[in-house]
Amino acid sequence: MSVTEAPAAIAEKNDASAVETPLRRFVSAYCESKLAVGAALFLLVLILFAAFAPLIAPQNPYDLAQVDVLDSRLPPGEVGFSGMTYWLGSDGAGRDLLSAMLYGLRISLSVGFLSGLIAMAIGAAIGLIAAYVGGRVDSLIMRIVDLQLSFPAILVALMLIAVLGKGVDKIIIALVTVQWAYYARTVRGSALVESQKEYVEAARCLGLSHVRILFRHILPNCLPPLIVVATVQAAHAIALEATLSFLGVGLPQTEPSLGLLISNGFEYVLSGKYWISTFPGIALLVTIVTINLVGDQLRDVLNPRLAR
Amino acid sequence: MIEAAATAQEPRIGTGDAEPTLAVEELKTHFFTRAGVVKAVDGVSFSIKRGEVLGIVGESGSGKSITGLSIIGLIDPPGRIVSGAIRFKGRDLTKLSEEEIRQLRGDRIAMIFQDPMMALNPVLRIDTQIIEAVRAHHDVDRGTALEMAREALSAVGIPAPERRLKAYPHELSGGMRQRVAIAIAFINKPDLIIADEPTTALDVTIQAQILHVAQELCRNTGTALIWITHDLAVVSAIADRIAVMYAGRIVEQGTAAEVIGSPLHPYTRGLIGSVPSHNARGKRLYQISGMTPSLLHLPPGCAFRNRCDYAGPLCSEAPPVTEPTQGRQLRCFYPLKSEAMS
Amino acid sequence: MTAFILRRLMQSVGVVAVMSLIVFFGVHIVGDPVYLLINPQADQEDIEAAIRALGLDRPIWEQYWHFLTGALQGDLGRSFVFGEPALKLILDRMPATLELAIAALLMAIIFGIPLGLYAGLKPQSWASKTIMAGSILGFSLPTFWVGIMLIMVFAVMLGWLPSTGRGPTATFLGITSSLFTLEGWRYVLLPATNLALLKISLVVRLTRAGTREAIHQDYIRFARAKGLPTHRVIGVHLLKNILIPVVTVLGLEFGNLVAFSVVTETIFAWPGMGRLLISSIQSLDRPVIVAYLIIIVLMFIIINLVVDILYSLLDPRVRLGEKSA
Repeated sequence: MSVTEAPAAIAEKNDASAVETPLRRFVSAYCESKLAVGAALFLLVLILFAAFAPLIAPQNPYDLAQVDVLDSRLPPGEVGFSGMTYWLGSDGAGRDLLSAMLYGLRISLSVGFLSGLIAMAIGAAIGLIAAYVGGRVDSLIMRIVDLQLSFPAILVALMLIAVLGKGVDKIIIALVTVQWAYYARTVRGSALVESQKEYVEAARCLGLSHVRILFRHILPNCLPPLIVVATVQAAHAIALEATLSFLGVGLPQTEPSLGLLISNGFEYVLSGKYWISTFPGIALLVTIVTINLVGDQLRDVLNPRLAR
Repeated sequence: MIEAAATAQEPRIGTGDAEPTLAVEELKTHFFTRAGVVKAVDGVSFSIKRGEVLGIVGESGSGKSITGLSIIGLIDPPGRIVSGAIRFKGRDLTKLSEEEIRQLRGDRIAMIFQDPMMALNPVLRIDTQIIEAVRAHHDVDRGTALEMAREALSAVGIPAPERRLKAYPHELSGGMRQRVAIAIAFINKPDLIIADEPTTALDVTIQAQILHVAQELCRNTGTALIWITHDLAVVSAIADRIAVMYAGRIVEQGTAAEVIGSPLHPYTRGLIGSVPSHNARGKRLYQISGMTPSLLHLPPGCAFRNRCDYAGPLCSEAPPVTEPTQGRQLRCFYPLKSEAMS
Repeated sequence: MTAFILRRLMQSVGVVAVMSLIVFFGVHIVGDPVYLLINPQADQEDIEAAIRALGLDRPIWEQYWHFLTGALQGDLGRSFVFGEPALKLILDRMPATLELAIAALLMAIIFGIPLGLYAGLKPQSWASKTIMAGSILGFSLPTFWVGIMLIMVFAVMLGWLPSTGRGPTATFLGITSSLFTLEGWRYVLLPATNLALLKISLVVRLTRAGTREAIHQDYIRFARAKGLPTHRVIGVHLLKNILIPVVTVLGLEFGNLVAFSVVTETIFAWPGMGRLLISSIQSLDRPVIVAYLIIIVLMFIIINLVVDILYSLLDPRVRLGEKSA
């Protein structure tokens, strides 16, 4: 500990502070960064857009009755034959890009969040068990986790898809498989620390069942790092799904995520029709950056090692 | 070769003798944190003569370390020296540029830190770390510097110095590492050394050895020494003069015999009384009640007021520095009657 | 030291053995082995003949043994699409991929470390905040989209650099690589940048975190107290300490670079292993997929081993751990 920090730290510790609940402290600490607050709000807006896509989009791009193939490859802002204004242009099949992006956002977000939730549930459960049971079981589980984490996610996902084939459910399985290990390792780490603490001992003395101790006592205290990992992983999952779709081994054409839209537009880049790839890309980028910003601030706030 | 390097330095005997090596005047170092201003050092004055040992005693948070760091110019933001003067051989260090101070550091003023494991860079060899201290200030070749390093290690009492030179810090014991730190401090024959709790992290037996080494070297080279510690026993063994610090100010200052033998400030008396050997066997250990105040919110008036057994109505004003006897300084409205400590 | 290396080699052999088991049984349990190894377009007679020829009607342990012995001799099956041994196909393309990965790694080091150092030393400065914002952008940007944008800007709009393909090669010390020709660098620049972007962000953040932590350590303060010039304090004392974790992470990330080249190679039509993998997945050329998997696993194990050895060489506390005062 550097010497020049000592007087300030001691001064602050001796300071009697007003009584605050942990939640209020967390929120006020989080709000210290205006950027992070902006990002959190923006994320909320994105999620709303995605959820209400069918209501806000000018056109349902996958309803063939609404799409006019004569309107294909129009630059942004043009009015097409059907009289509709294509604010962000149209793609190779005549679909309005703005609408396609909204629907695509919806799919990207839902696949990303769904796989993240499942991975979290599985990973957290495994991590908790590993920490609580300990011994050989713990070593074995951690070996598997380490082995899996030493391989890049994209490779694991590609291998799984090569073996399992394509389809939405297979993609979700692949995404879950790639993510669970992070959750498991994080939860196991904090659960190990928690289970050494006295309140667990006390709970055991009270004769509470193991399940109850695990889920009602240990798990809530493991939440801070878990939340941080969850945001980071959400961003990764969305990016990974987009990458897989772009490569043509991800979601099928019937469920076009942003990645697929970008892939569709790739062939037009060399002929100067940049918008078909650029705009979905920006949407993807903005989504990921927002999640990362929120996650960064969460990590700073929840990090016990940075004195607050 | 080594003689040449030595005589290339400033002459020690002669003109500088009457003038104190270091004179600190009303030094104030404050830290401007988000929570407020921390007045770590708030009006500290003392001086040291050539070859003298000054012990600065106080609890943690008293500002003693910050005083040392202020002198050598290692106060980083959010802290800075707000006012006061630090006259080192006539020059005011607070008015010097960073480059000018850098040239003094390690050459004319050196510092020894508390934890030798952390102070020595774990990934560099001992000889590298000693040689660079020499070559940063003097134009000598590597061979000469290596020879100087070996001599320095012998001077601090490390056996088989050749082997130690090639080692890494983690291969040496705590006591040896601190000897290396002392060797580095003395190698350029500085005029002033600031030792910040150098024995706190060491075993009691090693402490005595380190104290002895430091004392010997100072006596031989005429280096002035500031020994910062919270341990009265240590300071009474080595210091010529003692300054007691509390909450950023010096509350009492005088010769070691005076301060320990007949303390005038209640806090000093409390410190001495807290040393276990001063307490009668079987009776309750003496404690100073209360805790050090937060430097962010110092109470007005005397900082020690709330814990003092002798506080009176005048103490709501900050006591000024008085000089009850020649060379003695005190910040107290109700000094203790001089009684010999039992 | 030698004991250490030997121990790690033994462990690695163990891991490879386990991996070969997993790969083999994975292929045989998860999918129908017949269609994984034989061209699905073949007609029934040929299929039965192939089954007998490949020994698929034998008990599974015998099949594994057959696979293992074949693998040790370098026979990992034959591609359906190209008709050539899968191993050869992959090894032919490995130099191209390695070129890309090495170029990207170099860029990450050259740009990432100085930027991260600066951001760590002056965290409040305007430039530093820009660097950190840039690094968030760096690892949020989906690699494939950046690739497309790079092509669009530099190849189509500005016309400075070629959009696809690999440049001419030259041989130096027995290694043939396009990095040895100037023209070759023109071709490698865009894909390497694409690949490196993520790594540069990572290195910047790592270096910055390491610097911020190290700068408050006592040994830095002690170095300054010795009156050492700033360039020595930062360049020697600080750098040597933070380089150790940075180097180890970079080493491990090299494997990731090779994996991620899958995307970059597809976009830039770079003739490497990754592009082969994608087309094999799409055309269901399973022998190539299996071979790629095994090669990658081997590569990872070797990289891990090298990084471990490097780490113990760089950190004297680890290297000399057994000695005492």
